[in-house]
Amino acid sequence: MSPLHGLTIDSIRSGLLEKKFSAEELAKQTLAYAEAENPKTNAYLTLSSERALKTAREVDAKIAKGEDPGALAGVPLAVKDVILTRGLRTTCASKLLANYIPPYDATAVIRLEQAGGVIVGKTNCDEFAMGSSNENSAFGPVRNPVALDRVPGGSSGGSAAVVAQDTAVVSLGSDTGGSIRQPASFCGITGVTPTYGRVSRYGLTAFASSLDHIGPFGKTTRDAATLLQVIAGRDEMDATSAAAPVPDYTAALDGNVKGVKIGLPSEYFDGLASDTGDRVMAAVEVLRKLGAEIVDIHLPHTAYAIAAYYIVCTAEASANLARYDGVRYTTRSAEAHTLAEMYRMTRDEGFGDECKRRIMLGAYVLSTGYYDAYYLKAQRVRNLITRDFTQAFEQVNAIVAPVSPFPAFKIGEKVNDPVAMYLSDIYTITGSLAGIPCMSVPCGRTRENLPVGLQILTRHFDETTMFRVAHAYEMAAN
Amino acid sequence: MKITEQEVRRVADLANLALREDEVARMAHDLDEILKHIDKLNELDTSNVEPMAQVLFDAEKTATLREDRERTPLSNADAVANAPVTSGGYYKVPRVIER
Repeated sequence: MSPLHGLTIDSIRSGLLEKKFSAEELAKQTLAYAEAENPKTNAYLTLSSERALKTAREVDAKIAKGEDPGALAGVPLAVKDVILTRGLRTTCASKLLANYIPPYDATAVIRLEQAGGVIVGKTNCDEFAMGSSNENSAFGPVRNPVALDRVPGGSSGGSAAVVAQDTAVVSLGSDTGGSIRQPASFCGITGVTPTYGRVSRYGLTAFASSLDHIGPFGKTTRDAATLLQVIAGRDEMDATSAAAPVPDYTAALDGNVKGVKIGLPSEYFDGLASDTGDRVMAAVEVLRKLGAEIVDIHLPHTAYAIAAYYIVCTAEASANLARYDGVRYTTRSAEAHTLAEMYRMTRDEGFGDECKRRIMLGAYVLSTGYYDAYYLKAQRVRNLITRDFTQAFEQVNAIVAPVSPFPAFKIGEKVNDPVAMYLSDIYTITGSLAGIPCMSVPCGRTRENLPVGLQILTRHFDETTMFRVAHAYEMAAN
Repeated sequence: MKITEQEVRRVADLANLALREDEVARMAHDLDEILKHIDKLNELDTSNVEPMAQVLFDAEKTATLREDRERTPLSNADAVANAPVTSGGYYKVPRVIER
C-alpha cells in the first residue's frame, strides 16, 4: 500500500510534529513507491529524489529547532512538466524540450518549497498543455489509475493521476480551457482553476497567455484550498497577477451553505450522458437539503464557447510557440543548412500533430483577410460569454454544472477526431474564457464505476464561496 | 472546403513549419472540420460588442508596475546553457549574410 494512503496536508503536519515519522522518511518511502508504481500509469516523467530529500531534511531541521515548518511541511507533491523547476528537467511533454533544464523556478514552485512542500517529481501531460486526454505527450499517454484502459483526461493528466494513485498528496496543474477540472473529474479527485491572475504565471510555459492558469489538485477541498493559499497572490514577475488580498480560504470550510443561492444553467444539461446527469443532479439535491437555494438560470452563449476558444487559444499559441525555432531551446534539426531550414525543419520534427494543428489554425485566424472575421469575432463572443456570467451572478452566489459531458473515455477512442476531442471541453471552456474561479469535486460514479465531477463556479476572486460549497457537499456526501 | 491545400502551404510558410506532403493533406482535412464548427459564430450579431482581449479587473493605474530597482540578471552562461549551438557566449545560427 502507498505510504501516502489516507494522508492529508493536515495529518502529515501532525504526524511530523508528533514525531510519528520524519519528512525525510516519508519522502524516501514516497519516492520508492512512486518508482515502483509509475510504470502502471506513466504519470511521472521525472522523479526528483535529490531535491525532494533536500527539502524534506530542511523541514525536519526546522521541526527539530522548534521553528514553524510551513503550511505544506513535508507534503510529497508533484508539479506538471510545463511549470519550470530550476536545474530539474522540464519537457512540456515535447520532443523539442526533452533535455531542457530551466535556469529558474516558477513563482508557484518557489512558494511551494518555501512552505515546506516536497517536490517528488514532474508529471506527464499533453504536449505544451494542448489536449484533453493526455494522449498528445511525446513520452506516451498516461493511464487513468481508476481504469487503466482509459485516459486520465488532459492536459494535466499526470498531475491528476499521481494524486489518484497515491504517489503524491497534492499537485500543481495548469488550466487553459479545462485542463485541471476535466482530469480531476476523470480521476475522481478535486481540481481547482483559480481566478485568472490569482496565481502568478511566472515560470509557466506560455500556451495561451490570456487564458493560462496554474492551479491545485488534491483529494479534498481542504487540501486544494491550502495549496492555493500558498501559491496565490501578487507577484511582481507577472504583470497580470492580481493585487487583491488573498483571504483565508480554510476559514470558509464550515459546512454552512444555508441561504447560498446556487444557479443551475439549463444549457449545461443538454447532450449529457444520462449517468453523468444523474450524479450531478443527485449532488444538487444534497446541496438543496443542506439549505442552499437552487435557482434555474441561463447562460445563453454557452454553445459558442468552443468555437471562440479555439480561435483565441490557437492565435495566442501560434505566437507563444514561435520561440521554439532551433536557436535557444535545446533542439535543432540536424538536416538544416540555412536559417529558414533551421526554423522550419526543427519545428516540423519537434512538434507533435496537435501542436502543429493549433499553430496552423492560430496563424490562419490571425493572417491578413481573416483577422476581423475570426480573431476579433471570437474576442467579441468571449465578451458575450463573460457577460452571461456577470448577469447570472447578479442572481446567484455560485453556479453548479457538470465538468464533462461523459466520464473517462478509452485510450485511442477520440484520438483521430480533433473536433470530437475539442467538444469534450464544452462545460469547462466557458469559465476559462470569463476568467472566473471554477473547480471540480468528485460526485459519485457511473454504473461502469467511473468517477463523475461536479463543477462549481463563482465570481472573480470569490474562491471562498466556491470552496464553501465544495466542502459542504463533500462532507454531506461522505 | 473552407481551406485548400494551397492555403495550408501558405499558412505553414507564415508559421515556419515545413509540413511534409502527407501532413498537408491531413492538415487541410482537420482544419476544414474545425473551421466548419467555428462558422457557428456567424449566427451571432456582435456589431455592438467590444472585443475582449484579456480578463481585466479594477485596479490602480500603477498596480502592475514593480519597483524599479537593481537586481541580478540571468548570467550569460545560464542564458545560453540550453542552446543547441553556442560560441563564445552567443547563440550560433547558420550563416545569413554572404560575404
